[in-house]
Amino acid sequence: MNNLYTVEHLNIIPHFIDSIPDMKWSHSMSQIEVLQVNVGRLCNLKCRHCHLSCGPDRKEIMGREVMENCISAVNKRGIKLLDITGGAPELNPNFRWFLLESCNTGARVIVRSNMVILDEPGFEDIPKLYANNGIELICSLPYYSSNDNDRQRGTGIFDRSVSILRNLNKLGYGKGGGLKLNLVYNPGGAFLPSSQAALENDYRGRLEQQHGIVFDNLYTITNNPTGRFYEFLQNSGNLDGYMKRLYNSFNPATVERIMCRSQISVGWDGMLYDCDFNQALGWEVLGINTISEWANAPSEERPIRFGNHCYACTAGSGSSCSGSNE
Amino acid sequence: MRTIIEENVFYPIKFISMKVNVLGDAYYDPNDLAKFSEIGEFAPDLWQKFIGYYASVFEEGDLTAREKVIVALAVAHTVQCPYCIDAYTQSCLEHGVNAAQMTEAIHVAAAIRGGATLIHGVQMKNIINKLEMKNE
Repeated sequence: MNNLYTVEHLNIIPHFIDSIPDMKWSHSMSQIEVLQVNVGRLCNLKCRHCHLSCGPDRKEIMGREVMENCISAVNKRGIKLLDITGGAPELNPNFRWFLLESCNTGARVIVRSNMVILDEPGFEDIPKLYANNGIELICSLPYYSSNDNDRQRGTGIFDRSVSILRNLNKLGYGKGGGLKLNLVYNPGGAFLPSSQAALENDYRGRLEQQHGIVFDNLYTITNNPTGRFYEFLQNSGNLDGYMKRLYNSFNPATVERIMCRSQISVGWDGMLYDCDFNQALGWEVLGINTISEWANAPSEERPIRFGNHCYACTAGSGSSCSGSNE
Repeated sequence: MRTIIEENVFYPIKFISMKVNVLGDAYYDPNDLAKFSEIGEFAPDLWQKFIGYYASVFEEGDLTAREKVIVALAVAHTVQCPYCIDAYTQSCLEHGVNAAQMTEAIHVAAAIRGGATLIHGVQMKNIINKLEMKNE
């Protein structure tokens, strides 16, 4: 299933492209620093806020040849950060190989993990694999209470997450050293995220006092009106209100630093996108649009395919896959 | 002949009926929340002073912005302002306050409101004591 719902048809807000304060920000920088690799839509969870509608029924899985092209692109283009995501990336049968090859590039490597794949049979070795290779982890934990967390991610997921976080702490993660453990907050509905600094403070206090868990940073990410979250907005009658909320919170100063200006996103089949959200919409980049070609192409600015969903990355302090830009 | 009670019931119903015909389906329209600033139309100086004060009140201070919106939500319930409840429920959510925490806050409002009702019972008792004949 490829969810192609968009918010382009809504006439209640101006088109995003008309809100960009300086058109030079409508292009990427010539030197791309971040390669985000989506190794597949398969996931053991079916989170309600997932913009890619990932789940156990998805079949899209990145093959080894595309992964090799990604490694080649990192080496040839001097990529500084390799950001591995999914789905649950660990479910890709070539994941372990890809992870080690990624480390060999010398780039900083992060994995976006739902965590609860790590206690499934056949995946118990992965936390140590992460720790032994200094992998930075970004783990979804939409709230610090069981009810609110499980409302988004499924019954029992919070308790499993707590157990896995304790295990990661035992391995040295989240203690302010080299093994970075960052958590992600997503709003549990049609509203914007809290101040990242304030919420991080709450998370830190609650998780430590109630569960003995420590972590490095909390990233607050604005839900993007694509995929399964779009369906929620549409079915609950919140779509117009949410888009107005995003538009009314539009901060022109955030456009210069919007993440698609410094990153590019690779889909499971090797197609390129400006970001994971455009990937959800099936909006391939303009120009060279495969990782195999891009690996060998000269560095140049790329016109970005903006849409009204981009108001989610430019509301308030701005939002990216690395949290708020505050 | 109508009783006083009938009068009290009758007129509000008639009034609601009239408003439905003229304005739509309710006294309170959620869209009116966005028109709040129109209150400044005939007294712009006062409005500017009010809105400046209002914005300052909700800035981070000795209380955090999060604590202030929780207070605002509780007060909104006490004054029973549907616009404020709408605005500050959303604001609480956007400050990372969950439903359980919000519910605790409005219980605080309810407790104070209930307590305020009951403490006036002391006045009632004072008057009873003054007016009633006591046992010898």
